[in-house]
Order: sequence, then structure tokens, then C-alpha cells
Amino acid sequence: MPNRIHPGLIGFTILVYIFLTGPLIIVIGASLSDTTYLTFPPQGLTLRWFENIFEISAFRRTIVTSLQLAVLATALALIVGIPAAYALNRYRIQLPSWLSTLFVLPILVPEIVLGFSLLKSVAVGFGTPIFATLLVGHTLLVLPYAVRVISASLASFDFSIEEAAVSLGSPPLKTFFTIVLPNVRSGVVAAFILAFITSINDVSTSLFLTGPGISTLPIQILAHVEQFFDPTIASVSVLLMFLTVAVMAIVERTLGLTFLAK
Amino acid sequence: MLKRFAGWTLAAPATLVVAVFLILPVAATIATTFAEPGGVFSPYIAFFNSGFRRNVLWRTLQISLATTAISLVIGFFAAYVVARAPGRLKSILIIAAVFPLLTGVVVRSFAWLIILGKNGILNNTLTGLGLIAEPLSMLYTQGAVIVAMVYLFVPLMILTLVGVLENIPEDVIQASSSLGASPAATFRQVIFPLAVPGLIVGAVLVFTGSFTAYATPQLLGGERQMVMGTLMYQRAMVAFDWVGASTIAAIMVVITITVVLAMSRVARRLNPMAT
Repeated sequence: MPNRIHPGLIGFTILVYIFLTGPLIIVIGASLSDTTYLTFPPQGLTLRWFENIFEISAFRRTIVTSLQLAVLATALALIVGIPAAYALNRYRIQLPSWLSTLFVLPILVPEIVLGFSLLKSVAVGFGTPIFATLLVGHTLLVLPYAVRVISASLASFDFSIEEAAVSLGSPPLKTFFTIVLPNVRSGVVAAFILAFITSINDVSTSLFLTGPGISTLPIQILAHVEQFFDPTIASVSVLLMFLTVAVMAIVERTLGLTFLAK
Repeated sequence: MLKRFAGWTLAAPATLVVAVFLILPVAATIATTFAEPGGVFSPYIAFFNSGFRRNVLWRTLQISLATTAISLVIGFFAAYVVARAPGRLKSILIIAAVFPLLTGVVVRSFAWLIILGKNGILNNTLTGLGLIAEPLSMLYTQGAVIVAMVYLFVPLMILTLVGVLENIPEDVIQASSSLGASPAATFRQVIFPLAVPGLIVGAVLVFTGSFTAYATPQLLGGERQMVMGTLMYQRAMVAFDWVGASTIAAIMVVITITVVLAMSRVARRLNPMAT
């Protein structure tokens, strides 16, 4: 190895990683504490705060709403995003170059501004139901992931395979589902996971769009922290973290995690 | 005939979604700030005439600039080590950076409430060690918001920069050291300049993210450390001053987009790999 790394740098990096993982370990520890207040290291071990999550109806309801929103928004984003990603690659010459920028606009515009604008123009303007407006917001929020990740895997797809199938008489739609889509499967899975995690953790877009009776889990956690400071919050946080681990395990299984570093 | 429009047909649904539900509503929000009876710029004059709101804008800029600078330094050195780590260790380090990134903002900010609170871990440890007599008030300070934001954005910075540092060809580094440059000189004169475009991308992500943040300043800064995001929420949902909230939204959009455009120009100009 021609380039040795200075030991000071290694020590620094270890400290950085302690800084990165420490707080999450503290949340897990605090969720297990047998005290009525949040503390770390935990005093006595109990799982009752996890049971407590499901005894609070607001958490039960918002967990369901958040899961529904994440699944539906991701599905909608994929339904409109996959054809768009395909068009961006297959018909590159026909389409203006600003179109790909348009699809990442939801990342460029501050989320909180998007949420507020949807409240003003859509929820109040047209009186759409709360859940529908939330779904619109979340679909926009995750659309860039659907388009960009799938576009990236389509970029390495050899479209002459598709042409071969079509010239041999396969109908276009069937060709897409049997030839193109299986080849970008890993991209679709990655897009799904990124979109799902983005939606389920979102605060800023949902902030203005939740209303009486309908809220999302992160917003409910924020509201709960302001009134109570008990380990239930830590256990809900751990629940969200476990969901992330589960989703990441699927990614790791299907395509390896290194794609996230790109 | 059909073929000529195939691309547009396929891209139409996504284009419509963005146009109808993003561009139009956000444009409407900004447009309403120019349609006030008091004059075209009256909401902006009111914003900048209020010492309180000027302070909020200034504080938000300070917090996001500090967060960006600290994350850049931490992220760059950590990413340098991660990029040079041997295979298996490297994947572990990348996963360890991805995991917090995929954990929600609320959860990660909440962790700092447990650490920095009056009876939090840090105060308990410091009093236990006899370093301080009374617990310090660390929550609801600018420092608390900055620490939590740095925590939020360092993983993003590491992942962005690992990708950039890995793309620096090994030959370039070897050439530099075989021509007699010390490791420190190679780092300063070869690796750092090649990483500048990546540093700019990372800085833009962190700056825009922290400038428009809501959950972290709300949890760790509260009313005392109001920033643009929390002020906007307060104007809209507590004071029902929608024009005021729209004005804050417009200022946020202008600042974010200006920073993104300006920095991507700078990145293009500074890229030493470009011809």
C-alpha cells in the first residue's frame, strides 16, 4: 500500500463513527428502561413501552396511515415514474433535456414549501380529503427516487435486445414487461425501498397536510414529545428503526448496499 | 406518427403530476405575495422591517452555514479513511453511515433530546465526574440545533464524498508519490483539489437541507431558536398569517435555488478533470 493513512485520521474516523452510532444505541437503551422517564443506561429491562405503543390509539392509527401512505405513494410514483424513466432513456432525442431536471424538482423545492403550497392550493382550494392531499404530497416527494434510480439502471440496458424482440413479432407492451422490466428489476427494488423509507420518515411535507383525525407517525411522535417525555417515544423510534433494518436487509439480500454510495 | 410522440406520451403522466401538484401550487404561493393591496413588495418590506424576522433569517443562515462547514470537515476526513479502507471493512463503514441516514429525522433529533436534556446523559455524566456542579442548559440553544444537524448530515456527506474519492484514479495518487510528494502534499495538492466538486455537491445538499429544516430546530431549538421553517409553521398554523408564511416560503425558495444554481456553476468551473 503506497498510501498509508495517518493514525490520527483513523482515530478521528473512529470518533466520527461513535458519534454516528451512539445516539441510536442510546434510543434503543432508553426504550428498554423500566422507568417512567427517559434515561440511559436503562434501569431495569422491560418491553412494556413497546406494548404501550399499541395501547395509545393515536399511535395505532398513525402507524397504519403511515404504512398505507408509504405503500400507495411508492406505487403511484413507480406507475408514473417507470414510463418516464423509460422515455428519458429510450426516446432521449425526442425529449428536451430539461425534462429530467423537472422530475428532480421535488428534491430542489423545500419540502416544507411543497407541503404549505399543497395545503393552500389543493386541500383548501379544492377541499380534497386529508388523506388524498397527503398522498399527493408523498407521491411527489418520492417521484425523484423512482425516476432517477430506474433511469440509472435503464442507462446500462441494451435497447437492441428490446428491438430484437419487437422485430421478431413481440407486441411492445409485452416486450416491456417480459424483456425490459426484468432487466432493471434491481433498480425498481432500490427505488421502491428508497421511496418507502423517504415517505415513512417524512415530516416537512406532511406537516401542513395532516389534520384532525389523520396524521402520520413522525408527526404524531413530534406532537407526543411536546407533551410527554416517557420511554414510549423511544420505543416508537426503535419500531421505526426496526422497520428500516428490515427494509435494508431486503436491499442487502437482493442487490447489495454499495449502490447507495453512488 | 405514433412513434414521434411515444416519448412524450410515456413521460406525460409524471410531467403532469409535477406541473399540476408542484409547480402550479408553489408558483401560486409565491404569486400571492405580490398581490397584496399594500403594494407589490409590501410583504417583503414587512418581513425585512421586522427585527424579529430579520433575526430569524440571520439565525437560520448562521445555523446552516455552521452545519455545512462542520459537516464538510468531518465528512471529508472520514470519507477519505472509508474510501481507502480494505474491502470488507469498507462495506461495514458504508452500511454504518447508511443506517442513520435511513432512520428518520424525528428519531435522530429525538436522540439528542435524551443526550442534551437537563437530566440527560451528558449532564449526568459531567455532574457525576464532578466537572460541573449544576446541570447545564444545553437544550434550546443554537449549539444544540447545530450539533443535531451535523449529526443528521454527516452520513450524507460521507456517502457523497466516498463516491467522489473512489473515483480518483489510483495512478494519479501513485504518480504524485513516486514523483516525490509526501503523503501530506499528495493529500493537499492532488486529492483535495480533485474532491472539490464533490465537496460542493455535499455542501449544497447540507446547506439547503438545514436551511429549510423543521423537525430538528423545532425539537432542539423550540421557540427560543426559531428558524425559517419553524417561523413559517408558526405564521401559517398559529397566527393564520398566510401571506406572512407565503413570504417566508418565497424567500426559502429563492435562497435554495440561488445556492443550487450558483454552486453548480462553481463546481463546473472548478472541476480539474474537465477539459
